[in-house]
Amino acid sequence: MSRVFIFFVRKEFLHIFRDVRTMVILLGIPVVQLILFGFAISTEVKNARIAVLDLSRDAASRAVTERLDASAYFDVGWHLEHPGDVEKVFREGKAPLVVVFSERFQQQMLHSGSAGIQLIADASDPNYATTLTRYAEAIIADFERELQASDGVAADGLSADGQPGSTQAAAPQGIVPQLTILYNPRLQSAYQFVPGVLGMILMLICAMMTAISIVREKETGTMEVLLVSPVRPILIILAKAVPYFVLSCVNLATVLLLSVFVLGVPVAGSLVWLVLVSFLFVFVSLSLGLLVSTLTRSQVVAMLISGMSFMLPVVLLSGMMFPVEHMPRVLQMLSHMIPAKWFIIVVKDLMIKGAGISAALPEVLVLCGMAVVFVTLSLLNFKHRLE
Amino acid sequence: MKPVIEVDRLVKRFGGFTAVDHISFEVAPGEIFGFLGANGAGKTTAMRMLCGLSKPTSGTGKVAGYDIASHPDEVKKRIGYMSQKFSLYGDLRVWENIRLFAGIYGVPQREIAPRTDALLSRLDFAAERNTLVRDLPLGWKQKLSFSVSVFHHPGIVFLDEPTGGVDPVTRRKFWELIYQAADEGITVFVTTHYMDEAEYCHRVSVMVDGRIEALDTPERLKQQFGATEMDEVFQQLARKAQRQEL
Repeated sequence: MSRVFIFFVRKEFLHIFRDVRTMVILLGIPVVQLILFGFAISTEVKNARIAVLDLSRDAASRAVTERLDASAYFDVGWHLEHPGDVEKVFREGKAPLVVVFSERFQQQMLHSGSAGIQLIADASDPNYATTLTRYAEAIIADFERELQASDGVAADGLSADGQPGSTQAAAPQGIVPQLTILYNPRLQSAYQFVPGVLGMILMLICAMMTAISIVREKETGTMEVLLVSPVRPILIILAKAVPYFVLSCVNLATVLLLSVFVLGVPVAGSLVWLVLVSFLFVFVSLSLGLLVSTLTRSQVVAMLISGMSFMLPVVLLSGMMFPVEHMPRVLQMLSHMIPAKWFIIVVKDLMIKGAGISAALPEVLVLCGMAVVFVTLSLLNFKHRLE
Repeated sequence: MKPVIEVDRLVKRFGGFTAVDHISFEVAPGEIFGFLGANGAGKTTAMRMLCGLSKPTSGTGKVAGYDIASHPDEVKKRIGYMSQKFSLYGDLRVWENIRLFAGIYGVPQREIAPRTDALLSRLDFAAERNTLVRDLPLGWKQKLSFSVSVFHHPGIVFLDEPTGGVDPVTRRKFWELIYQAADEGITVFVTTHYMDEAEYCHRVSVMVDGRIEALDTPERLKQQFGATEMDEVFQQLARKAQRQEL
């Protein structure tokens, strides 16, 4: 029997090698995606050209403006003269953010402790607008904090009316949050995308390609000939899984090497566990592909089902791009059914947080459960179809 | 001689629909047995049962000495099969297809190469040894497909409309291969739409609505129905069909 298995595995490899275009796509996808997500599609803000409308023109407003300009996130590209210019800037799409200082900015800050800065953002791209305002707020808060820390000294220096005593009394005494960002201190989006891309690629290759390759044999009629032969159906299926498993390993290596050496995302945790969990996910995806192949008769349908029910939800609901926690409850429930979601959580734990496998145990168990369910369902279905 | 196919009151029902309705017949070794019927008459269902792909609802069938219901795996080892769809792998070379199916049917490793050479030279195919099968003309593909289905010397070969889509001359050449196989003692069980092919068979059965309505040599069937060609016999029988074409 093992000899027949080798014949079959060789045949499956030949199918893949002869279809050069598909093979190039499969091996190239992870590279292209990682580079796209890592460099091009970035939610990070770098040197955004913003405008400033300074109605106060005093030391404090200039200091804040300088800080914004000096930060890596912003370049002050325009100094506006009149409030009417603000709308013009947005209409022309010049700046995504305008910072407005109210009149008598410094005096208000020193006396009442509530100086007026207005941040006006172009929210036609809401994500970008949110990010920009958040960065600007952080820089302004930083400035304010330092001002208080240096106490009367700074106040003295800034005080225009020469009343140092009043500054201290009126300075804002609110709680100043100390922000510490763990695991991804530079807030790089690559940290977010690497696990997502890994989940998507493995799903694509294992589930979609396996389903298509089995359904192709049904479509061309070769499956019928194989079923009439004395070969056990399970052997045919296992032989199909082998080359896609090998391809997945190649892609896993590509993704990890690219992310460590090109994107600078370290593997903080155990590499061994990361690879083992990836194998588990590959197994889940393969069984899902098998399940789809038992449900469909044509390659087109198999591709549509895999695309609609695997790829799209993986992108949208797995937490790869949008945080699942903020979705409506129904979508959150739906997201629980997506294997990639659990895999991505584990990869984040193991790769980026550097956690041990025990921290990721619940997710690993969910994946194991899914594997059992999918394999059972597809084998039952497969037997049923043969009848 | 003991028959290689013995079918006794074989029935297959799908829910309330009786696809195969109490058919009985025997096929002798080395015989070329034509299995005719309109689309939806139940030929394919009957053939699937004989190949061990589908279990009969009732009745018994024995192929190559084994019961099709209780020992389908033993049956599968002893038969060859050629489907109506062309069913070799287009993206594999001629010799790779032969090696794969030889391996599947357990032809010993050391015999595969010499037997492949012998086959290819007999077919005048030696030059096409390394050709991808999808680049061959349809008539050649069908000849190759048949040769692959008898490569492991099965006792019986089942051919499901093997010559669909080719001209009578190519069909005639294909049938020369069938006669060769029969001469070597391989029983041939063939379904067909082409009445010229029916004339080539030793015996012919005609299925109508799941039942076998006629079974004899082509000569005697023509006498019985007062016809000069098998086509007339077939038309007279098929007209009785109640079922719609599926």
